[in-house]
Amino acid sequence: MSTTSPVETKGAAAATYLDQRLGSNKFLARNLGKVFPDHWSFMLGEIALYSFIVVLLTGTYLTLFFKPSMVELVYNGSYVPLKGIQMSEAYSSTLDISFDVRGGLLIRQMHHWAALLFVAAMSVHMFRVFFTGAFRKPRELNWIIGVVLVTMGLGAGFTGYSLPDDLLSGTGLQIIRGIVQSIPVIGTWGAFLLFGGEFPGTDIISRLYPIHILLIPGLILALVTVHLIMVFTQKHTQFPGPGRTNDNVVGYPLLPVYMAKAGGFFFIVFGVIALIGGLVSINPIWIFGPYTPDQVSAGSQPDWYIGWLDGALRLMPNLESTIAGFTLSWNVLVPSVIIPGLLFTALGAYPFIEQFVTGDKREHHLLDRPRNAPTRTALGVMALTFYLLLFIGGGNDLIAAAFNMSINSIIWFLRITLFILPPLMFVLTRRICLGLQRRDNAKLLHGYEAGRILRLPHGEFIEVHEPLSVKELAVITSKSDISPLPIPQKTDIDGVKNKNYKSESRRAKLSHFFYGENIPLPTAAEIAAGQAHVAHDAAIEAPLHAYEDADQIENFHGGVLHHPGMAQTNAEQQDDR
Amino acid sequence: MTDLTPHGTEPAKLGYSPVADIPHALRVSDTDPAAAKRAERQIASMFLLSMILVVVFIVAFCTIDKDTNVYIPVFGEVGFLTIVLGLTSGLSILLIGTGAIQWAKKLMPDVEVVQMRHEMTSPQDATDEAAANYERGKDESGFARYTIIRRTLIGAMALFPIPVIFLLRDLWSSPESGTLTPDEILSHTIWKKGERIVVDATYLPVRPQDLPIGGLVSAVPASLKEVQEAEGNLNARGKSAIILVRMDPKDIVAQQGDGWDYQGIVAYSKICTHVGCPIALYEQRTHHLLCPCHQSTFDLANAGAVVFGPAARNMPQLPIGVDSEGYLIAMDDFNQPIGPSFWERG
Amino acid sequence: MKFLAARRRNPLVALGLLLVALVAVGGGYAAIANIQPAQASASSQTQVEEGKRLYLAGCSSCHGMAAQGTSNGPTLLGVGAAAVDFQVSTGRMPLAAPGAQAIVKTPTYNETQIAALAAYVASLAPGPAIPTAEDTSFDNADVAQGGVLFRTNCAQCHQAAGQGGALTQGKWAPNLMQATPKEMIEAMITGPASMPVFSDGTLPIKDKQAIISYVNNLQNASSPGGLDLGRLGPVTEGLFLWTAVFAALIAAAVWIGIKAR
Repeated sequence: MSTTSPVETKGAAAATYLDQRLGSNKFLARNLGKVFPDHWSFMLGEIALYSFIVVLLTGTYLTLFFKPSMVELVYNGSYVPLKGIQMSEAYSSTLDISFDVRGGLLIRQMHHWAALLFVAAMSVHMFRVFFTGAFRKPRELNWIIGVVLVTMGLGAGFTGYSLPDDLLSGTGLQIIRGIVQSIPVIGTWGAFLLFGGEFPGTDIISRLYPIHILLIPGLILALVTVHLIMVFTQKHTQFPGPGRTNDNVVGYPLLPVYMAKAGGFFFIVFGVIALIGGLVSINPIWIFGPYTPDQVSAGSQPDWYIGWLDGALRLMPNLESTIAGFTLSWNVLVPSVIIPGLLFTALGAYPFIEQFVTGDKREHHLLDRPRNAPTRTALGVMALTFYLLLFIGGGNDLIAAAFNMSINSIIWFLRITLFILPPLMFVLTRRICLGLQRRDNAKLLHGYEAGRILRLPHGEFIEVHEPLSVKELAVITSKSDISPLPIPQKTDIDGVKNKNYKSESRRAKLSHFFYGENIPLPTAAEIAAGQAHVAHDAAIEAPLHAYEDADQIENFHGGVLHHPGMAQTNAEQQDDR
Repeated sequence: MTDLTPHGTEPAKLGYSPVADIPHALRVSDTDPAAAKRAERQIASMFLLSMILVVVFIVAFCTIDKDTNVYIPVFGEVGFLTIVLGLTSGLSILLIGTGAIQWAKKLMPDVEVVQMRHEMTSPQDATDEAAANYERGKDESGFARYTIIRRTLIGAMALFPIPVIFLLRDLWSSPESGTLTPDEILSHTIWKKGERIVVDATYLPVRPQDLPIGGLVSAVPASLKEVQEAEGNLNARGKSAIILVRMDPKDIVAQQGDGWDYQGIVAYSKICTHVGCPIALYEQRTHHLLCPCHQSTFDLANAGAVVFGPAARNMPQLPIGVDSEGYLIAMDDFNQPIGPSFWERG
Repeated sequence: MKFLAARRRNPLVALGLLLVALVAVGGGYAAIANIQPAQASASSQTQVEEGKRLYLAGCSSCHGMAAQGTSNGPTLLGVGAAAVDFQVSTGRMPLAAPGAQAIVKTPTYNETQIAALAAYVASLAPGPAIPTAEDTSFDNADVAQGGVLFRTNCAQCHQAAGQGGALTQGKWAPNLMQATPKEMIEAMITGPASMPVFSDGTLPIKDKQAIISYVNNLQNASSPGGLDLGRLGPVTEGLFLWTAVFAALIAAAVWIGIKAR
């Protein structure tokens, strides 16, 4: 502890005060210099976190003015085209926020934009984690928390979308009623309990309100906290690069650089949301009018994150069956209960499935390059394709109107494509990944193709290959040493029958499917030989560089073909970057 | 230069990356004091501008009338106050962010540092101690020994949340909730024989001659207004809304009951049998009715049959006629529940 | 700017602008057509003759020599002058090309010719007449009630903001942002293409004027919240989020990650 300046003494005194009561210095000593790796894709989760904070702040402001009540009243605010119209207090107070509270519309729009951004950032963050294998041991539990957070995000969004009680939100609730009612055995009662009787009733808004402002945000806050503590204790994963191994973290210390960058990014996210909230209209509820169950607008859509579910509802063929006097509405159950249920379960279970298939129980802190896990990448692209097709289905009427197409053709196209395109994308992605792996290996063994042809003194032409940069070498050789599980034997050496043969061989088959045609890295000796060969090429070319460096070569028009310093190789340029 | 051997030779060790020095290049601001000074000024001016924008925000808030509009190219006619408040607050916040990041990038050290990771697994002695503690707890409590206590505890733990389910029962508590089941309630609307059909929103009664061929009316029962006021909700409206269309009687292929039309005027529920969106996208040439939510299409000339989309059931038809004064009336309630299917429906 | 903007909303300014517009339009119209009204009433028989000539030349191939309809076009008996005026003056008829629905284009005929065609078709069988200036005036209409009627009767196809929407098999309900009061009334009473008829019996002219007044409000509405993204609802909002907002934040994240020089 130094006493050179009064400022430092003050800081130290404060720290001591806290330490004597909390023992905090041990924690601070260990963590103020904690290193976080730097990469733009690591900030996706930060966007989600920061937009959630903005949602909380703006949402709190909105609760000061919003009245979650379905009591009917006559609007007498300042928006003329609705004056004198019967509406619920919820809708009328939302109109007041938009037209009679100064700055209210800004905050409402910020809240809505931030909510859309929250779910978007969470989703992309999840894709990043998936495609780079960041969910592997020891981070499986955090992946599950993440999946729960995404579901919560959808719930938070949907309950919020339903609160203003405008024509659009009421239509959404009506669809929810239909979905709940389709659940076998308990659905009808469930819908009556949810809405306090028949649809729309007078209870639903005051019931969704505490869920939207207390229950779900509380749970999200708790889970986000655990999510972050886990990131903190486990230390962040990192992309491969020079000096980066599975045992270290390379990056900037928490104080001051990471703190300034993360803190600064919070203000950037906040600022962008405020700008968009002020400049771009979102959910102009006054155009849709108050909700009544016998009105509807063309182009009624949910917010983007529910779009894929709405699309699934649209694409599903009209199957319904009656068994022993009871109705099973497959046309509603499959797209809105079964498909999302399966998808989210598969998502949550994926780390464990992959671990089972690969038998890989090691800790992974160095991220996979997507190409180095072709089957996982292909599965991800396949799921994403499926999701996107449903998402397009959710906007089919607007697409039809915008591009003069037929709704019916779009639906039929999507119904068919939904079964053809995802598997096709799987195969294609895997092929591309393997192709990229081959290219990587070729680079290791032969270096870069420089695109320069050299004529040797004895007349032979060669294409100059250049050595890889340090960075690229580090990245390519980061591929982990994986191999499929061995095929089990029916009997062991002593002739004892293997009881688990069937299950083990199934697992081995899966493992072979997963690792499949994965291309192993060349051995260290091969790489060394290859790079040495490349160095030989460079040595041949070197005198030429020296010659060229000295000269300015011009063509007859006076254009410069070469000037001193031009002969910088790709590898050198790479290093400079 | 680069060490190409894997880390050590032990198997299954991850992190094949060659160990190399982490590249680092000096910045202009590291070498040129003038550049550093420039960066300092740049960052400070961002913070300063941020403060100024807050002042502008306050001035705008206090002086701009909330109903004022302004024309901005590309944006069109927009609300002035919202846009100014958004711009000033947004930029003032944004500038704090960009300033802080510039500071980190230009003036704070940009040398990446290396920190070692530790395996998540605890050292063996800790694991042993935890296991010993667990065993001690098990022994001292006698959890393994007192079988009957253990089983009754598990039983009690399983049962005690059940009251919560009962507590949710009165989420639906209206006079009819004690006497009628949901499916009974869903099976009836306020339509009955002799109920006049009136135009939605204006409550005008409809005479057949008011409705030309190709005509469409969104209609409700005449008593809806009173029922709605008595019940204090929109439930009756949500079930009884219908559409009335007139087509050439020759075009009618089938109906759900004999003579349920009146001179080519047919009445169908407005509530989709898929998930319940109101539908009135009636194409008078094809007699098709399209749901704007999920594109179920019904043929009103053919007993409301589904011709496209996810809906599984025909649109329920309301039998209609005229009363002694010549106004259109319902001849009965719907003969089936309207709206989305449900379990007990059969 | 603020000064001007504040005055823009002044009701007196609106009134003044309306007066100027009325005088300009009225005067302009009178200048162009000052002889025609007299002519039309005086020589309606010649007008019908002229209409018949135009009809036989331009319409009969689809609608039949006696407007009885053919496999290529519906009968025009009883559609009235309003239907002819609507279809021809918006350029929907004559049809540019076979398709799911007629498209709006520059009208093929001039006003006199359209009036002649309308008079001829009206002379064949009774049908809805072209709405008068009194019919299309909505000065005293209740805009809020018009909103209720619009949402009950029109929004399901034309969308709550009047932006139009898709119908089955490639047909569509058009955007109403350019629709004139006369066109709207004509469409409601004649039911062009897929649109059903909203007769005066069930939707009295007073209610139609209320609807027109609400649509007029939509056409001229400002966007209190900024850029309105076409008022198409959550789809364009989602598109904007992903393409602009998210892209901007990713750009910021990349900028943060780049080392300073």
